[in-house]
Amino acid sequence: MGDTLKIVVLVKHVPDAQFDRHLGAQGPLDRSESILSELDEYALEAALQLTDARGGDKGGNEVVALTMGGPDAANALKKALQIGASSGVHVSDEALAGSDASATSLALAAAIRSLGDVDIVLTGMASTDGETSLVPAQLAERLDLPQLTFASSLEISGSTARIQRDGDGVAETVEAGLPALISVTDQANEPRYPNFKGILAAKKKKIATLSLVDLGLEAGQVGAAGSLTAVESAQPRPARGAGTIITDEGDAGVKLVDFLAAQKLI
Amino acid sequence: MTAENAAGAANVLVVLSGGPGGAGESLTKAQLELLAAGRLLGTVSAASTAPVSEGARAQLAENGVAAVYTPEGADLSAYLVGPTAAWLADVVSAVGADGGGHAAFGVIVLDNSSEGKEAAGRLGVRLGAGVVTDVVGLETDGTAHKSVLAGSYQVRARATSPVAILTLKPNSVEAAPADAPGLATITPVAVPEASLARAARVVARTDKPASGRPELTEANIVVSGGRGTDGDFGPVEELADVLGAAVGASRAAADAGWVSHDLQVGQTGKTVSPQLYVAAGISGAIQHRAGMQTSKVIVAVNSDPDSPIFEIADFGVVGDVFKVLPQAAAEITRRRG
Repeated sequence: MGDTLKIVVLVKHVPDAQFDRHLGAQGPLDRSESILSELDEYALEAALQLTDARGGDKGGNEVVALTMGGPDAANALKKALQIGASSGVHVSDEALAGSDASATSLALAAAIRSLGDVDIVLTGMASTDGETSLVPAQLAERLDLPQLTFASSLEISGSTARIQRDGDGVAETVEAGLPALISVTDQANEPRYPNFKGILAAKKKKIATLSLVDLGLEAGQVGAAGSLTAVESAQPRPARGAGTIITDEGDAGVKLVDFLAAQKLI
Repeated sequence: MTAENAAGAANVLVVLSGGPGGAGESLTKAQLELLAAGRLLGTVSAASTAPVSEGARAQLAENGVAAVYTPEGADLSAYLVGPTAAWLADVVSAVGADGGGHAAFGVIVLDNSSEGKEAAGRLGVRLGAGVVTDVVGLETDGTAHKSVLAGSYQVRARATSPVAILTLKPNSVEAAPADAPGLATITPVAVPEASLARAARVVARTDKPASGRPELTEANIVVSGGRGTDGDFGPVEELADVLGAAVGASRAAADAGWVSHDLQVGQTGKTVSPQLYVAAGISGAIQHRAGMQTSKVIVAVNSDPDSPIFEIADFGVVGDVFKVLPQAAAEITRRRG
């Protein structure tokens, strides 16, 4: 086909939302019991579908999984390689700890630039931990890319990306020229699982580790020092006390209305 | 601008996306809340991403808005976010550079929609400004309150940069009239052409049929249906309509195709924080609770007494959605006479 793609997929090692998650007093998240973010699997699948259709790695296409974080974050890359990514890039440096979205996007933008010409940066619709949704937008701004976000489907023809997005009260078709940043929702596809062959193949794939020096950044530009926001306090929300539970004996609808009236909700 | 003069004396730019424009449209409840939040922090001006009708301009004046900036030369609604952020950056620099004694904006407030957060993010990079999203409360010095990790933690955060950008959730600040009206003088600012070349263009747009119900994330009351409705949202809609509520759904109900995905409440759907949330036939998986557990009052109706939703319900009914909801709807109608 001649139209090969080089796609960078952002993957994140996040605490499993199935379990209770904890913050320290000043914010940093306890990252034990972490997994590849569920929402990133849709981005990875979208990247693999685009490259598979063009002959995969053998056809000259490339899917690079990119993560930033401590040593454990490499687990998200390993999982991405098992699922089918061609290679991994791990941005890791002690100075990055405590980075907010601004500092994170600065480091990720530098990492993407270090990979040469990239056609698409693909992300999930959000991370399942920070939930700020800022990093993809800030990355697009730093790399001067159009962003096509919340795609429920996407196609690439020639050097044009076209997505469908399903918004509030409106469905849109959006186009932009490549290179572009695209985020996909959980409606975009059904992520594949790693199979035995993929798990074996992953052992031969490369993970490059990039430090701040490799990225050409100073310690003061990232981490808490380079962040533009600060968490002043973090407290667990008081647990909701168990309320009144009744079993319907034919009048539960009326009792429910009594409750709403007592709460001045009707 | 420093933190000192952000305290009660900042110039605040409130971004009104998608209008108010067009045929005599008025400000939405969420937009009035943004303006009220801005007034907590200082003197408010507005940047409307669409043209402003004369009626809306009068309403902005009543809400104490000093100046209104509108885009000129391009229709921002034809593009996704990039040009909006570039235009907002130009609004900020145009005001800062006018030499007429106006201080530049110390705080910029946007709505917390995905578009609002994306514009905030890109604007933050352009201005070197810190962005705090998902804000549910504000202190007068600009410190923001937010809830994180699916509502399980309350965090106080602030921007440490000279300009602070905040995105505010609906129902966080009460809309209220201003003590004194503003001039609401309209100043057009050109959309920077360079930003259009590398932008995502909307090439087709199809409006979905309007439900006539309140918008899900803005509604004071939300009635949601789940797997337990078996695909019949009739009782859910009936109760929602007598309560003047928005209709929501669990992921199971949306994935089954019973309702549109834009009604989905939860981690991969909408986050809502209404005065009252009614979960009907919803088991309360953690992904759903992530989207609604900061609601003020939670009511659950489910035939399975072991449903986790009952752990967080203020009032729970173990019963059949098809009996309890219609009875409640009829009772509310009866009491209203």
